Amino acid sequence: MSENLPPTLAQRLNARFGADVVAVTEWRGETTLEVSATSWLSVFQALRDEADFRFEQAIDVCGIDYMGYGQSEWDTTGISSQGFSRGVEGQGPGRFRWSERPQAAPNEKRYAVAVQLLSITHNRRLCVKCYCPDDALPIVPSLTGLFPGANWFEREAFDLYGIVFEGHPDLRRILTDYGFVGHPFRKDFPLIGNVEVRYDSEKQRVIYEPVSIDPRVLVPRVIRDDSRYDQAQAEAAANAAAGK
Amino acid sequence: MQEIRNYTINFGPQHPAAHGVLRLVLEMDGETVMRADPHIGLLHRGTEKLAESKPFNQAIGYMDRLDYVSMMCNEHAYVRAIEKLVGIQAPVRAQYIRTMFDEITRILNHLMWIGSNALDLGAMAVFLYAFREREELMDCYEAVSGARMHATYYRPGGVYRDLPDRMPQYKESRWRKGGDLKRMNAWREGSMLDFLEAFCKDFYSKVDEYETLLTDNRIWKQRTVGIGVVTPEQAYAWGMSGPMLRGSGIAWDLRKKQPYAAYANVDFDIPLGTKGDCYDRYLVRVEEMRQSNRIVEQCVKWLRANPGPVMVENFKIAPPSREGMKDDMEALIHHFKLFTEGYCVPAGETYSAVEAPKGEFGIYLISDGANKPFRLKVRAPGFAHLSSMDEIVRGHMLPDVVAMIGTYDVVFGEIDR
Repeated sequence: MSENLPPTLAQRLNARFGADVVAVTEWRGETTLEVSATSWLSVFQALRDEADFRFEQAIDVCGIDYMGYGQSEWDTTGISSQGFSRGVEGQGPGRFRWSERPQAAPNEKRYAVAVQLLSITHNRRLCVKCYCPDDALPIVPSLTGLFPGANWFEREAFDLYGIVFEGHPDLRRILTDYGFVGHPFRKDFPLIGNVEVRYDSEKQRVIYEPVSIDPRVLVPRVIRDDSRYDQAQAEAAANAAAGK
Repeated sequence: MQEIRNYTINFGPQHPAAHGVLRLVLEMDGETVMRADPHIGLLHRGTEKLAESKPFNQAIGYMDRLDYVSMMCNEHAYVRAIEKLVGIQAPVRAQYIRTMFDEITRILNHLMWIGSNALDLGAMAVFLYAFREREELMDCYEAVSGARMHATYYRPGGVYRDLPDRMPQYKESRWRKGGDLKRMNAWREGSMLDFLEAFCKDFYSKVDEYETLLTDNRIWKQRTVGIGVVTPEQAYAWGMSGPMLRGSGIAWDLRKKQPYAAYANVDFDIPLGTKGDCYDRYLVRVEEMRQSNRIVEQCVKWLRANPGPVMVENFKIAPPSREGMKDDMEALIHHFKLFTEGYCVPAGETYSAVEAPKGEFGIYLISDGANKPFRLKVRAPGFAHLSSMDEIVRGHMLPDVVAMIGTYDVVFGEIDR
């Protein structure tokens, strides 16, 4: 039976791109294709133009910073005699100032770009992802030649994450203030920012000063790896069975 | 000989036709736009970064504040993303309530749009009429969630609570009394569903009213017909969605093509434009109001006949009832854990989109198994639309830029995030 089924999108992507593919995952009907930065443009060209794929629209281009992925502030396995403060002390995400910002481990492959593609012809979605090879200067080729609509999305990823899109016609900041320093969505950029702005009535102009507020995140970051969700999964299975 | 140079003008950010805080730098040759450079980000609040430091449920409220004229549709995209990662499904009644409120939101959004767009182009009266109906629907928001705008009504696993049995009524005051008060409360004698039924019955005639003001209006047509033509190729290339795409004649609507909530069970049509100009998009949106009204009618009928739970019975995700907490230790613990720590979402990533009134509103959510999102990306339709500004308005006159901003239906809450 199974050989009569048409190949899934993931299988066809594997067959078509072969060596360019780093990984293809399929999860709950969503397909993610991971490619390397070197084959970025050729893969998108094929995905857009070939009749089998025909992804006409680049819906979204998203920058990601994977620094600190999977780290928590609350030990869920051991037993502690300390109280709540053990979860909110330290310098976890959002709890540090500019001067105390965490240092990234070298060659972590922090930065990634994820593009959501939509095929209106085939009514299908695909997420294409690539990790930037160099943490110090993350560079990915620009998609603006293939999808003009990627222009602003790439400017946004550059602004917020400092990912450089090679070949972009107009790679300026877009969301942050004129003259802003830093890339605010990086995980080592403080949540409170580093400067604040106010009107100085003596100088009769707007001035920038270091932030005066303290970092304050109330809820610790907790990762639980237990059977909490078995009930949800059992329910989903029961619903699916009832649906049939 | 005198040297002739292009002239650069600054439009906004404080301009009534800029719909918020859009700053446009326009390079003009006489009154013709040679280049448009929109500067955005004046309303940037870093919503996505803020969400990374808060438990999942606390970011629902931020969603309302993105596109602040289509609040519940934004929430819908977000809770769908969480539901997908956790692997739960809202009960069917909650699905219908969400469908109904998505469509109420669509009507709210289009009313705002028709009013402000007409106001930009010189038709004052439409704004007043549109706000009359908006008020009624805002009351539904308030009745169901307690807030007129920022509802935070959708939750992962359902909706916050069931529809109210009584629709709030106007109270007597110096300005509202006697026959007036009776007329204003005429629809509000029963439940919210009774109110909505009466509203829907009446709303078709209200849409006709707006149309008598605009559709055959000579000035309106002069300002919109043939202005801002978006070809289907451009619509594809710039990642357009919603009425911008359908105005150009592409039959694409997520409610039909990738149905979510209860959209597969309701009957409605998708209006399409032919030329892709501002007038076509106007007609598309007006017809969408009628179709949304049809959907609300069907949802009202279904909801009346089918009582049931509106939230999953899973205390790891949804809080237990107040009464339950009073005499059940387990319920109390669940409540405490949910409201102090939240729930952990299994590691994974998902993109979930809804057909918001402005187009495809998507949430790309990455979780690393924690009780807070690792990365939340909001894909706002207005952001993609506005990026095409330069290409679309090039060669148009300055007043057409205003018509174009209106037809994009830009709201800076979602564009700047």
